[in-house]
Amino acid sequence: MSNVFIALQTNEESRYIVEALLEDNPTAVVDEQPAMVKINVPGTLVLRRETVEEKMGRPFDLQEMQVNLITLSGHVDEDENEFRLSWND
Amino acid sequence: MDMSVKKKLGLKEKYALMTRNLGWEPSYEKREDVYPLLDYEGIKIHDWDTWEDPFRLTMDSYWKYQAEKERKLYAIIDAFNQNNGHLNVTDARYINAMKVFLSAVPALEYNAHRGFARLGRHMGGVGPQVACQMQAIDEMRHCQTQIHSISNYNRFYNGIHDWKHMNDRLWYLSVPKSFFEDACTCGPFEFIIAIGFSFEYVLTNLVFVPFVSGAAYNGDMGTMTFGFSAQSDEARHMTLGLEVIKFMLEQDPANLPIVQKWIDKWTWRGVRLLTIVAMMMDYMLPKRVMSWKEAWEIYFEENGMSLFKDLARYGIKVPDCVEQIKKEKDHLSHQAWTTFYAAAPMTNFHTWIPSDDELDWLSAKYPDTFDKYYRPRFEFFREQAEKGERFVNPNLPQLCQVCQIPMLFTEPDDPTQIAYRQSEHDGEKYHFCSDHCQHIFDNEPEKYVEAWLPVHQILQGNCFAEGDDPSAPDFDPIASVMKYWHLENGRDNGDFAGSEDEKNFAAWRGMTTSNT
Repeated sequence: MSNVFIALQTNEESRYIVEALLEDNPTAVVDEQPAMVKINVPGTLVLRRETVEEKMGRPFDLQEMQVNLITLSGHVDEDENEFRLSWND
Repeated sequence: MDMSVKKKLGLKEKYALMTRNLGWEPSYEKREDVYPLLDYEGIKIHDWDTWEDPFRLTMDSYWKYQAEKERKLYAIIDAFNQNNGHLNVTDARYINAMKVFLSAVPALEYNAHRGFARLGRHMGGVGPQVACQMQAIDEMRHCQTQIHSISNYNRFYNGIHDWKHMNDRLWYLSVPKSFFEDACTCGPFEFIIAIGFSFEYVLTNLVFVPFVSGAAYNGDMGTMTFGFSAQSDEARHMTLGLEVIKFMLEQDPANLPIVQKWIDKWTWRGVRLLTIVAMMMDYMLPKRVMSWKEAWEIYFEENGMSLFKDLARYGIKVPDCVEQIKKEKDHLSHQAWTTFYAAAPMTNFHTWIPSDDELDWLSAKYPDTFDKYYRPRFEFFREQAEKGERFVNPNLPQLCQVCQIPMLFTEPDDPTQIAYRQSEHDGEKYHFCSDHCQHIFDNEPEKYVEAWLPVHQILQGNCFAEGDDPSAPDFDPIASVMKYWHLENGRDNGDFAGSEDEKNFAAWRGMTTSNT
């Protein structure tokens, strides 16, 4: 199974997004690079709005992630509650 | 007052209303007259409505988030300037990597803007039209922020004082320029494979992620910021590129061979273009995050191959050129840097021989090739320089007719032998760096015979400074070409050691830590 990944700029918002990703994706592997953090997950990655809101302690629109996003891989599927990356192999 | 307050729209509903419902069917013009570019490449689309945009970004959110990105970016650029950020870089050699980047990339972004603006007009469905229009605006933003970033360095360092003029003329800059012009002169579907898929999805990660992370590691906050700010849009662009591929392949089985041919062509075109990024990562970042080879393995071999595995269900195969690409990853950066080192009087940046610890790093990262083939070359260069006979290649190189890179690449199975390929067209001979560039030419010779090759143009007398007389007895052709490029030999190029840049940086950095 191939990895999907998402990379975010290292900052205070991303920290909570990464925490949420690690909670919702138990197989996630964190790769910290200068100024960026890359999360690799085999097959499928899911980011849940509720988890991020819980970590941040405020309402969060998943599209806010665009501001801190560096890059990703996999097919994207997005609605107001979940942002999902996956491969169909 | 009695008002019924509607609940907030869901993302999918909002996307449907604010994007898909903006389209209409023409009533008094024929559809093929409104969209005249959709047929001639042979791609068959039966139903544009089945297009699904995965990022359900509507225009109102687009402006909101882009404005936020710009505010962050310019706040950092201001801070960078207010605090003399350029003096915080690890080592002034690093600034030469920025000279290469900033001479080449803003013009690419502008051409990407032009290409996607055209697609925003000519795609046959409203989903891809809107996505292409957003991308066109993004690319303009990247171009502008990069031009602003040039001035962060240009006011202090040499070589990038006339980037647009040089972009249209300087020999090595014809490589990226011709790549994008090749794409922009394709039909709309091939353009989006070239740029949206091959360049954005498979390759920009290598430019904007490890290299920009490297900029951060080298203390260059300005570059890190515009780089990551641009790449955050790239995530959307890559997704558009991938979506277009899937869409074409799902619409009609007859599209498969056409799409495959474009993927094969543009994967190779892109990989050749990245040669210069390989060199920047391995030789021009004083503090290194990872080697080119390691970046390549993560972003091309692992990530790119995941993508091909995914597309296999449509019948897409891994391009043949990947075999050769695998063999070249151990050689590319070294071959490029030695070429630029030897061409020192003909560029707009400085070069140097790696220090001993840098040579050791290269040996460790490239255990199979560096000590055997490349380290002896640098040791030879160093000996020559110490004797006062700095090695320079005084000849104009032969260029590949397709990628426009000097013939510097070796045979895939023999790193001691330069690869040459040759084809004939209409009684003329054309030269290539590889089987793959040759195949691209052989498929479309009428297009590639038109290439503006800097070396040919110099030899034809088209690149001398205005007013210079090539028939004058004291005419110096290289000096005249330098003048035509707006470059001053020795000040804008040559060895970093002893350069004005080196002296200024040392003096200014000294001033930041003392009062004299």
